[in-house]
Amino acid sequence: MTLVYALAAAAIVACALQMVLSRNLIRILLGLALLSTGVNLMLFVAGGIASRQPPLIREGAKTLEASADPLVQALILTAIVIGFALTVILAAIVLRGWRATRSLDARALNAVDQPADPDAVEPA
Amino acid sequence: MTDPQLLIAPVGLPLLGAAVALLLHRRPRLGEVWSGLVVAVTTIAAVALFVRSIDGTGPAIAVFGDWPRGIGVGFAARLPGVLLILVVMLVATAAAIYARADIGIRRRRAGYDALMLALVGAVNGALLTGDLFNLYVWFELALVAALGLVTIDRRRDQIGGAIRYAGFGMVAATAILAGIGLVYGATGTLDMATLAAILPARPPSVALAVAAALILGGFALKSGLAPLHVWLPASYAAAPLTVAAVFAALMTKMGFYALMLVVVGVFGTAAAQLLPVLALLAAATMFLCALAALAQTDMRRLIGYHVVAQVGYMAAGASLGTAEGVAAASFYMMHSMIVQANLFLGIGAIRRACGSWNLKQAGGMIRSDRLFVALFAVPMLSLAGIPPLSGFWAKLFVLRAGVAAGMGWLSLVALIAALLTIVSVAGLWVEACWKSRPDDRRTRPVPGAMLAGMALLSAATLAIGLYPEPWWRIAELAAATLTGAGAGA
Repeated sequence: MTLVYALAAAAIVACALQMVLSRNLIRILLGLALLSTGVNLMLFVAGGIASRQPPLIREGAKTLEASADPLVQALILTAIVIGFALTVILAAIVLRGWRATRSLDARALNAVDQPADPDAVEPA
Repeated sequence: MTDPQLLIAPVGLPLLGAAVALLLHRRPRLGEVWSGLVVAVTTIAAVALFVRSIDGTGPAIAVFGDWPRGIGVGFAARLPGVLLILVVMLVATAAAIYARADIGIRRRRAGYDALMLALVGAVNGALLTGDLFNLYVWFELALVAALGLVTIDRRRDQIGGAIRYAGFGMVAATAILAGIGLVYGATGTLDMATLAAILPARPPSVALAVAAALILGGFALKSGLAPLHVWLPASYAAAPLTVAAVFAALMTKMGFYALMLVVVGVFGTAAAQLLPVLALLAAATMFLCALAALAQTDMRRLIGYHVVAQVGYMAAGASLGTAEGVAAASFYMMHSMIVQANLFLGIGAIRRACGSWNLKQAGGMIRSDRLFVALFAVPMLSLAGIPPLSGFWAKLFVLRAGVAAGMGWLSLVALIAALLTIVSVAGLWVEACWKSRPDDRRTRPVPGAMLAGMALLSAATLAIGLYPEPWWRIAELAAATLTGAGAGA
């Protein structure tokens, strides 16, 4: 079962990397969102998926018996929130790029290297 | 103050300050005063934390939520980190002074103060944390703040720079997260001190090897080691000048600190096979970026390439795997943060005086502004490695450690790169300072706030250069903490 999950994570990451390498800004954005999803799945598998018991100590028992690993789930929850925030920020930047150039081609934004007139673009 | 309060101050104060600065965005002047105040108070806290860390009673440690050590997320005042926090606050102070002349009302309304404070808080957090996953979180927070700062004017070139920065940064962070997940799956803990104790004793496994490689790759991308450096000069060139100066000092060094901490400190002998890879990356970075800097006419890109080349020297020190090499890398980091920030502040002043980032349009600084030239000479000569400035000692320590560890070829590459750096620095100096301006107009005066910010950093560079011994001692202590007793012990 672990192998299936691991292969699924690998497939998702491979698709994501393929999308990130695109020139289309929306594909890059979706690829990065997919990338964090793939890694989250990997984190989930890394915590072990043998047990589905909640991590609660049974009444009368002193130690925790075999149960799902709560730390990994906490990590994934944090990673999802961070990934979501970054996706939103990048989406805002891409939207701004679209409004500035009316193009989703990453090459349209390649004028970065030498602004045509550096003097004209210095706000107070 | 108690240890936990002292440990939380360099992170908590800027983040709290950022929240208040957000509320003040309609009152930009008040926000400027407020952020200056927060930086000043945090600097005092950083000095107190530094003094507390070298008083010989062991490092300050705080675990949040009163968990036992090794279970909860904790902060530990490890030596290279505490020293770097001191430098971070020095650079933040200089940037706050310089920003009085460089960052106007409009940028402050757009949230400059809040983003800058958040960035400083995130960097300090990464320098203090004792937990691998927490380290990742601080990197992401720093990335968010940095994206806001790069795009602050919403210009087209800034959007392009930010998309590169975000793309590379997010891929790097994801690689780091995957590595961290594998480490947790293999060992069941994320506490760096615990990991440093148990990892070297473990038999080599595929999971740990992949984890170490992923983490090395992720942090190499973050710190801009060649061939993963391409995003850096373009993103830095797009950012406002003060922001570029702070990035040059903080962001790449934060990545490199984490690389050194995890690969040398936490993995230690478990990742010894990765060190030759790091040495190759270091040699490529030093040589290629010093060479690339020669070809630049835009001052921001020129210094941007030097920022990356300097990371190569640090990586060369760390890749030796010896305590002396790690000490040299720590010393180099401290020196380089101050000098890189100062160089960016200096070219910002040249831009103000000559009206262009292009070296061909610049010139005449030595006739018009003697004080500026004197202040600018310090980081320039230090970058070139001229004695007795801090760059000379830093390069000397790296070269000596390289020869002592039997990696003479690495020292040779470092020497060649140093020669290229001297040529590039001389070119910048001749073009900006000695040459007359092409149209022979007089230059505009450099504002006093810019000079004051540069003076602070130049004084620090001079102090390290003229009296390097205590700083080298501290770097040696830092190396002992990292390689010997474990990351958080």
